[in-house]
Amino acid sequence: MAYPSAARSSPARQPSVKVILASADVQRVVDRIAHQILEKTQGAEDTVLLGIPTRGAPLAKRLAARISTFEDVAVPVGVLDITLYRDDLRRHATRAVGPTQLPPGGIDGKRVILVDDVLFSGRTVRAALDALNDVGRPASVQLAVLVDRGHRELPIRADYVGKNIPTSLVESVKVTLAETDGADEVKLFGGTNQ
Amino acid sequence: MTAYLIKSVSVVGAAPTDLLIRDGVVAETGAGLTAPDATVIDGTGLVALPGLVDLHTHLREPGREDAETVESGSRAAALGGYTAVCAMANTSPVADTAGVVEQVWRLGREAGLVDVQPIGAVTVGLAGERLAELGAMADSAARVRIFSDDGHCVADPKLMRRALEYVKAFDGIIAQHAEEPRLTEGAQMHEGEVSTRLGLTGWPAVAEEAIIARDVLLAEHVGSRLHVCHVSTAGSVEVLRQAKARGVKVTAEVTPHHLLLTDERAETYDPVFKVNPPLRTATDIAALRAALVEGVVDIVATDHAPHAVEDKECEWAYARPGMLGLETALSIALDVLGPDWDLIAERMSRTPARIAGLEGHGLDPAPGVPANLTLVDPAARRTIEPAELASRSRNTPYARMTLPGRIVATFLRGEPTVLDGKAVR
Amino acid sequence: MRHLLSGADLDAATATEILDTAAEMATVAGREVKKLPALRGRTVVNLFYEDSTRTRISFEAAAKRLSADVINFSAKGSSVAKGESLKDTALTLQAMGADAVVVRHPASGAPHRLADWVDGSVVNAGDGTHEHPTQALLDAYTMRSRLGRLAGLSVAVVGDVLHSRVARSNVLLLSTLGAKVTLVGPPTLIPVDIASALAPGTDVSYDLDSVLPHSDVVMMLRVQRERMNDSYFPSAREYARRYGLDGPRMRRLPEHAIVMHPGPMNRGMEITPEVADSPRSTIVEQVANGVSVRMAVLYLLLGGNNR
Repeated sequence: MAYPSAARSSPARQPSVKVILASADVQRVVDRIAHQILEKTQGAEDTVLLGIPTRGAPLAKRLAARISTFEDVAVPVGVLDITLYRDDLRRHATRAVGPTQLPPGGIDGKRVILVDDVLFSGRTVRAALDALNDVGRPASVQLAVLVDRGHRELPIRADYVGKNIPTSLVESVKVTLAETDGADEVKLFGGTNQ
Repeated sequence: MTAYLIKSVSVVGAAPTDLLIRDGVVAETGAGLTAPDATVIDGTGLVALPGLVDLHTHLREPGREDAETVESGSRAAALGGYTAVCAMANTSPVADTAGVVEQVWRLGREAGLVDVQPIGAVTVGLAGERLAELGAMADSAARVRIFSDDGHCVADPKLMRRALEYVKAFDGIIAQHAEEPRLTEGAQMHEGEVSTRLGLTGWPAVAEEAIIARDVLLAEHVGSRLHVCHVSTAGSVEVLRQAKARGVKVTAEVTPHHLLLTDERAETYDPVFKVNPPLRTATDIAALRAALVEGVVDIVATDHAPHAVEDKECEWAYARPGMLGLETALSIALDVLGPDWDLIAERMSRTPARIAGLEGHGLDPAPGVPANLTLVDPAARRTIEPAELASRSRNTPYARMTLPGRIVATFLRGEPTVLDGKAVR
Repeated sequence: MRHLLSGADLDAATATEILDTAAEMATVAGREVKKLPALRGRTVVNLFYEDSTRTRISFEAAAKRLSADVINFSAKGSSVAKGESLKDTALTLQAMGADAVVVRHPASGAPHRLADWVDGSVVNAGDGTHEHPTQALLDAYTMRSRLGRLAGLSVAVVGDVLHSRVARSNVLLLSTLGAKVTLVGPPTLIPVDIASALAPGTDVSYDLDSVLPHSDVVMMLRVQRERMNDSYFPSAREYARRYGLDGPRMRRLPEHAIVMHPGPMNRGMEITPEVADSPRSTIVEQVANGVSVRMAVLYLLLGGNNR
């Protein structure tokens, strides 16, 4: 005698949510990255910050603001849209193309620091490197991320990491920022609680 | 010859009765008939109509046997409830000589599914320049009485006048395709909002109305009979109404598609909806329906126009105009007019038979009358599948539409051409 | 969006998305590497049944800048000239794996037919006297970049509206985007029901001089001299006098107004050299913008999985 499967199903599983960084933590982490950039670049001369949309763009602006607060140096900021360079375009409905804005001085011969919120597979950074190649010829390229959650699929690593968050593949990391989402926060969404 | 006893059938909408068909005629009518030798057909729920008569059919033979033959067209006609069709002259070669009309007439006899009455061309080669040998066609075995350059208008007013006059000698009639050619150069569809939107050259209603107005005046002037093919506009209806009120000897036909479909069908650019005259507007449809009920428009004629696939599966502008009609006409009439059987018999059988002068057709089933009749199941509904049509062509505008009514059986001089909704051969 | 067959296929949001995307695409033209990888591995077929070198080149440049493979299939010297039907051609392109077919055809509605027969996207690059939607998009793009907006603009479209695919697409698109269109020309060349057929709110005028002082944009349509043989107007000279744009007429325009022409121009017929070569003229810009707009269209049709 078979029972209807519904009779044996458990109550709906709730995904777990864990706040990894609260608002004040995000501020602290950004400050730390800003200090690291100053230290590693020895004063951030000839440096350009390029944010990768969506959340890399405001992050780049914040980093520039903090750097100028700490050392009184103005780092040019721009936005690098990578939509047309993605390797997964065909797996989704057409993605809207965003603006790419290079700072007035351009990027040729500069040290470009790409800024993004989360480093995961590395595919976004790969696309950004391709895009960068088409818009100019920087002297060197570095990468700054707020969160590194691991699971790289390409040989890419970040030069500046705000926070390493070991995750499993069923989990997801969500960064929200005041500029784009109303509040600063980094959350880890679990797969499901078994 | 097999006898058929149709039990309990409504003759043109009257109370059910039995019909005995024997020796090519309706032998007897009345309740409770018996005939041990007869094949019995249960007519319960069916309506017997005088066999339908189509004054406007293109059978394409000779010349375009890939699109239709006299035989395939005859079969389509029988399945549509027809016992007589008038075959238009725009074949290749054109039916402008006694030889060609006799050929078509003979092919019709050989097929034996409907009476095929050839129509002769008015002018040689449909060129509109000089009269064809109308008398020779009238005197031929085909006994042609209707003459038409259909597909082309007899645009030259002097030539039209002469044709109208000349055929009086043998009680002929000119069936005019009313289209002022200078106003329709390159025309693709009805001139109106839809043609403006679609960027297709317009076919203005006035191009039809102007010719009808001219022709009724000519017919009046010379005292001749005029028949107007496929009337398609509200304005034409008004011209006809006035002419008839003055006593002009004019008759007119409307096609099923002009009673149902509007120019908006062109929005798909599917040339199955390309036809000449073109599909018009809802206003025109309303006027044509009213005119048909009133009798200003006398008959429904199909303008059955088969076309090979390659002539329709192409760009709109390159497609040939025309659509199939024989196998769906009664359903459209039923849809448009409702089950007014006397009106349907009048518009689709009696009057067209009278205009064409076809003896033995257009007569209600009654003792002694030639058994040219059809049985309709008005309750049936069917979905039109182009592939299932008997015509060699597939250009029906009603594909996948569900229409009321089904032809169950058709008899030509007492012999069934359709039984159980299927062609006998 | 699967195909682009008509200006009516575009709602305001989609049209704006195309114009915004085109603005990003335009930046590529100023770069050293004028190429984007977005359509790598995609095949775009230019199927041209009419000679139109400028439109074909524009689409070709657009597709190539997006890294698509481009096959040019012209009616001359191909099986089309031997009488192959559009349907058979469609099936051939299908078998070759065309992801998009850009079609120019003398018969109105041919792209609609083609769209029934191929799996890929169909872009109407001008069909008969019907539509030319990418031309309307590049015109809108040009207006927006010159004047900063489209909503509320007064646009006069002057000339042979009856036979103009450019006019039809522009009326549809500009109305969708909030511009006010006035069609100007002799009554023989303006269908009486054009407003109700295309976009209610479209005005018609037979008097160019009265329209000019209130126009932000004047778009001159090409008028073929042959039309006079069909009695649409008495002579080229009379046409030019009543509906041609010359220097004195141009000076009746507001200071900021621009003059457009989809090309190719009949200098001396609908437009004088003085006007065509003036700073108000956007004719050369229109050509450049055409590539950006067509890149945007191809990207939006082929850049994702839109099946």
